[in-house]
Amino acid sequence: MNNKGSSRTSLLRRALLVAALAVLAIPFAVPTIWMVAASIKPLPEIFKAPPSLWTEHPTLAAYGEAFTFQPFARQYLNSVYIAVLVTLITLLVSSMAGYAFARIRFPGANALFLVVLTGLLVPSEVTIVPLFQVFKRAGMINTHWPLILVTAFGAPCVLASFIMRQFFIALPAELEEAGRLDGLGRPGIWWRICLPLARPALSAVAILTFLASWNLYLEPTVYLTSPELFTLPQALTRFTDAYGADMWNTQLAAATMTVLPVLIVFVIAQRQFVEGLAHSGLK
Amino acid sequence: MRYWTTRRRDVLTGYLFIAPQLAGVLLFVLIPVGLAIWYSLNKWNVFTGKQVFVGADHYAALASDPQLPKVLLATVVFSGGVVVLNITLGLLIAVLLNRRFRGATFFRTLFFSPVVVSVVAWTLVWGFLLQDNGGINGLLHAIGVDGPNWLQHGDTAMLSVIVSQVVRSVGVNMVLFLAALQGVPSELYEAARIDGAHSRSIFTRITLPLISPTVLLTAIITVVGALQSFAQIAVLTGGGPELSTTVLVYYVFQQAFEFNDIGYGSTLALMLLSFVMVLTLLQWQLRRKWVFHEQ
Repeated sequence: MNNKGSSRTSLLRRALLVAALAVLAIPFAVPTIWMVAASIKPLPEIFKAPPSLWTEHPTLAAYGEAFTFQPFARQYLNSVYIAVLVTLITLLVSSMAGYAFARIRFPGANALFLVVLTGLLVPSEVTIVPLFQVFKRAGMINTHWPLILVTAFGAPCVLASFIMRQFFIALPAELEEAGRLDGLGRPGIWWRICLPLARPALSAVAILTFLASWNLYLEPTVYLTSPELFTLPQALTRFTDAYGADMWNTQLAAATMTVLPVLIVFVIAQRQFVEGLAHSGLK
Repeated sequence: MRYWTTRRRDVLTGYLFIAPQLAGVLLFVLIPVGLAIWYSLNKWNVFTGKQVFVGADHYAALASDPQLPKVLLATVVFSGGVVVLNITLGLLIAVLLNRRFRGATFFRTLFFSPVVVSVVAWTLVWGFLLQDNGGINGLLHAIGVDGPNWLQHGDTAMLSVIVSQVVRSVGVNMVLFLAALQGVPSELYEAARIDGAHSRSIFTRITLPLISPTVLLTAIITVVGALQSFAQIAVLTGGGPELSTTVLVYYVFQQAFEFNDIGYGSTLALMLLSFVMVLTLLQWQLRRKWVFHEQ
């Protein structure tokens, strides 16, 4: 984030810069802060004008309500286990494919790589209509299978394979030679030498995959109908009363619980997050 | 003598290693696209579940669908609005952050944070803030302005969806621009400054031309992303009022899953695919000009 030329910026200019950034940051920061603040307000106070981030009567009642109105704990668990499972499978699938495409010479590798890359070209909205029909035939509607299988092996995994391939291409060949001299076969070289070195790429893939699965919305909306199978984004839109009106404080409490864990992890590991995304976008 | 030479074993390992990913792409991408093409040529009876081959009927229906021009217009306005705002804002923030000062990392984290917030949660909060009696009108009221009911009017509804989408996603572009800005050799800046160049002309004459490939590619990636925005529309406006925010992706979803018109839904989906393909192939072509960064 630095460049030599502008390190001489004067104090006044720096103050102006920070002020401009602070104003720009309002729409980025306020919605999230407001969400957390409103979730601990009593309902009437949420609509008070002018809006404020402060409350005299903080209450966690909405948090309790979120769990009684819907099987929210169950839905939370669904999101966690699906995202973790999808991330683990993607790491395995993409590091294997990425390694083979980068380091092993086998007939048809280039053509097959192009076939795999078509996965980057096709938006999930295009494939979801036929996939729905296929999963319906297979009796997998209203199960978690489509969410796990398609995300872990299908189009979302292709980007991961591509990132892994780009990383493995850059590894020096001597490392593999050394492994071979030690009597390791290909799988051994992949597992014992290349994977440990690939930690930055693996963590970028893990972050991207976890976020993608955690935030999936269209797929659960299409595949799932029973509330106890819902994932969090889908559950968030269902906090409405008998008349279809939004239960705002409950909804905001649930949204806070959905967002906060990821946000906290992000703030702690922000460097990796940002570089992970820059990595995937750049190459 | 030895059948399993290292070479043969290597080839076998190669195939085995790519097998899961290849199978995933075949099963969940290529075969579904093939099926979508087949579906688009058939008419489905919702009640009997039977399908009849109708050839190009659905494609002809595209031309006579009275809603489609509005949907395409909304798609163009949404994607265009998102890309213009996203690129200008992303570039502005990146330029501001591209200097050494205390708090740069803090601001970068802050501008990036909406990217990790779930789209649905983010959109719900914006929906609340944009309501008639929501936070934004509350603020406007405090300074004596009566705000519109943002999500209920054709023009402001589209604006609202665009803005909430831009603020959520601009962090990614900001990071890409920051990386590109750091690739501009500082000697160029020094030379320009010695020549007495104004900082604005440095930006337009040196910075912008050098990072223009990044800007172009980012624009394409952003349009492709905008073409696929579903949750924002579904949660914030449900495609309304009227059809003003019904973009193509949302229309596909409605036709296929709300009206159970699998055939027409597939035809629309293929139209979306052709848009994305053209843009992606364009990006592929431009890749050669890409400012490349090794980490």
